[in-house]
Amino acid sequence: MAGEKTVETTGLLGWLDRRFPVTSTWKAHLSEYYAPKNFNFWYFFGSLALLVLVIQIVTGIFLVMHYKPDAERAFQSVEYIMREVPWGWLVRYMHSTGASMFFVVVYLHMLRGLFYGSYRKPRELVWIFGVAIFLCLMAEAFFGYLLPWGQMSYWGAQVIVNLFSAIPFIGPDLSIWIRGDYVVSDATLNRFFSFHVIAIPLVLIGLVAAHLVALHEVGSNNPDGIEIKGKKDRYGRPVDGIPFHPYYTVHDIMGVAGFLIIFAAIVFFAPEMGGYFLEYNNFIPADQFKTPPHIAPVWYFTPFYSMLRATTDDFTWVLAGAAIVAAVALFLKGKLSGIWRIAVPVVLIVIAVLLRTIDAKFWGVVAMGGAVLILFFLPWLDHSPVKSIRYRPGWHKWLYGIFIVNFLVLGYLGTQPPTEAFNLTAQIGTLIYLGFFLLMPVWSRLGTFKPVPDRVVFHAH
Amino acid sequence: MIKKLLGAFALMLTCTTAMAAEGGYPLERAPDRLNDVASLQNGAKLFVNYCLNCHSANSMRYNTLAEIGLTDDQIRKNLMFTGEKVGDLMHVAMTPADAKNWFGSAPPDLSVMARAKSVNAGPSGMDYIYTYLRTFYRDASRPSGWNNLVFPNVGMPHVLWELQGPREMTSVAMHEIHGKPGEEAGWERVTTTYDAQGYTTVNTEPVAHFHGHESVDYSFKAADPARTAAFDNDVADLSAFMGWMAEPVHLYRKKLGVWVLLFLALFLVVAWRLNAAFWKDVK
Repeated sequence: MAGEKTVETTGLLGWLDRRFPVTSTWKAHLSEYYAPKNFNFWYFFGSLALLVLVIQIVTGIFLVMHYKPDAERAFQSVEYIMREVPWGWLVRYMHSTGASMFFVVVYLHMLRGLFYGSYRKPRELVWIFGVAIFLCLMAEAFFGYLLPWGQMSYWGAQVIVNLFSAIPFIGPDLSIWIRGDYVVSDATLNRFFSFHVIAIPLVLIGLVAAHLVALHEVGSNNPDGIEIKGKKDRYGRPVDGIPFHPYYTVHDIMGVAGFLIIFAAIVFFAPEMGGYFLEYNNFIPADQFKTPPHIAPVWYFTPFYSMLRATTDDFTWVLAGAAIVAAVALFLKGKLSGIWRIAVPVVLIVIAVLLRTIDAKFWGVVAMGGAVLILFFLPWLDHSPVKSIRYRPGWHKWLYGIFIVNFLVLGYLGTQPPTEAFNLTAQIGTLIYLGFFLLMPVWSRLGTFKPVPDRVVFHAH
Repeated sequence: MIKKLLGAFALMLTCTTAMAAEGGYPLERAPDRLNDVASLQNGAKLFVNYCLNCHSANSMRYNTLAEIGLTDDQIRKNLMFTGEKVGDLMHVAMTPADAKNWFGSAPPDLSVMARAKSVNAGPSGMDYIYTYLRTFYRDASRPSGWNNLVFPNVGMPHVLWELQGPREMTSVAMHEIHGKPGEEAGWERVTTTYDAQGYTTVNTEPVAHFHGHESVDYSFKAADPARTAAFDNDVADLSAFMGWMAEPVHLYRKKLGVWVLLFLALFLVVAWRLNAAFWKDVK
């Protein structure tokens, strides 16, 4: 037998503790997990994301009991749930509202990380797991959106799967392999259903667990970006930390109450949210012979969809130019050493050439995918001497402001049919988005930073 | 600052949404009768008598009409004609293949049409139906003899024409004539009248010194205005019924929502005080 462990608990809990780490897990993650006491409004969204995940799983379980993943019956079965399954309408609206609110909450959660530098050392893995969760969430939403089998479900899936055909050489075969057919069909619906209810949720839950374990290993960041582990009392507890339970559990319950008010207001009074949460066109059954005049993804994908559409043949000239300028700048002024000083500029030049030789559609896919994947590298792109936006130069705040507005504008443009003026705006928006991240190693270290205090700023409630 | 920007963004969202339907004809607001049981019952009668011959409502059961105050007996006697059971779905006997032969395309299922025809942050599907059913005009050039302003060249004939009575439709279009290079562009007014038989008379007159842009105005002249007004009232009922049918739980949903929100507001107060009680020790 392994070493005897000392167990202080008695009775049933003692019996359990000798066989399973009940008390120690409770302490490590809740009652003796010390979180900074200065969390603000922005810190509600992590626990809210977990809440929405639970809502989605529970409502999803009940939807699967009545939904038919069959091209002939899927659309009808959703209406059956809405009309004939007792409380089916409520479960379905909770699930559809939950999908959109998941993105609302996660976008705000990510924005918080951006504001307070929560991705910086030692929390790189927390952030990376988080971005992986975001990717999974996008996949989950995409697969799930096909299931109601309406016109937008069908043509949205058709458009997105067709993107894969833009990949040189393997593209066309790849897109057939994904669909399981030459067009989106019953085969596609069945596999998307499988991914939506089993494959992706499994990965998602695993990643959420990893996200939390990594977080609790290094401890939470806070709005001041100060490590509270630096100052401890004689018991070894951080002086600016408080036990997560009960302080943040009661605090988060308050956040949950506020969130549920918004959530219920949407579910009961505006479940379509003006056609943005449930698209009106999706109330028409999928018809493979009738392409809708305007295909728009659901709002949470539209910023990225805008970047995809913005990458036209003309725009690849701009991107190629930017790559060459970057290559020259890195060669002359960059701080790269050894082989990298030559290799990176050469790679950039090759990319510039490829930008003009491979079809623009492919680069649109790269821009869209890159816009998400670039987030993985954020911990190494940010070179600012302080973590939190609070101690950054004033103009950094303006940059963040521009980034946010730009993201919203891209999102808006993605819902609209393309026009020349909109397309130009989306192209500028794409450059701003990519520039914000790619130039971060340069701009994030510029300016006059404010002194960071020793202790967190906290005013008693 | 952020608030201002968000405000501007919200404004942008609502303003630029296209307000018009496919045909470009502006949709009129349907009278709000979703709460009016008598209207919904009249709408149900019209729907079953006129629409349900070609269009199905496959998600709808006859006895769901109990929710708008009809008994099984009333439904059976007044609204069912082909020997279905009261718990049956509102299917239609016509096969899709026949439908395609007769109308060019199969008439769509109408269960959720009132939701499908809504415009993002714009007019509702009921507005669409209300306007669509009231903008049919005789057009001898169409196979069915009918055309529509909201849905140009629609395959569906004007099923409710007897209720509406004969009408004459006149469109007045301002049209720019592009002259030879160097000449100033001229304008003409094209007045097209579709008479009650669907035959057209076109009258073109040049307009001097016109400063504006291309536009078309439509107007109808009813031979029997009283009958047409009664028809408008019926179509408003029918649109309301289709709005109700698209989501029969709609009214209950909102009623329940009020209680849920009241409960959550109470819960928020409790959670807020609980939080304050715990946090008063944290200095």
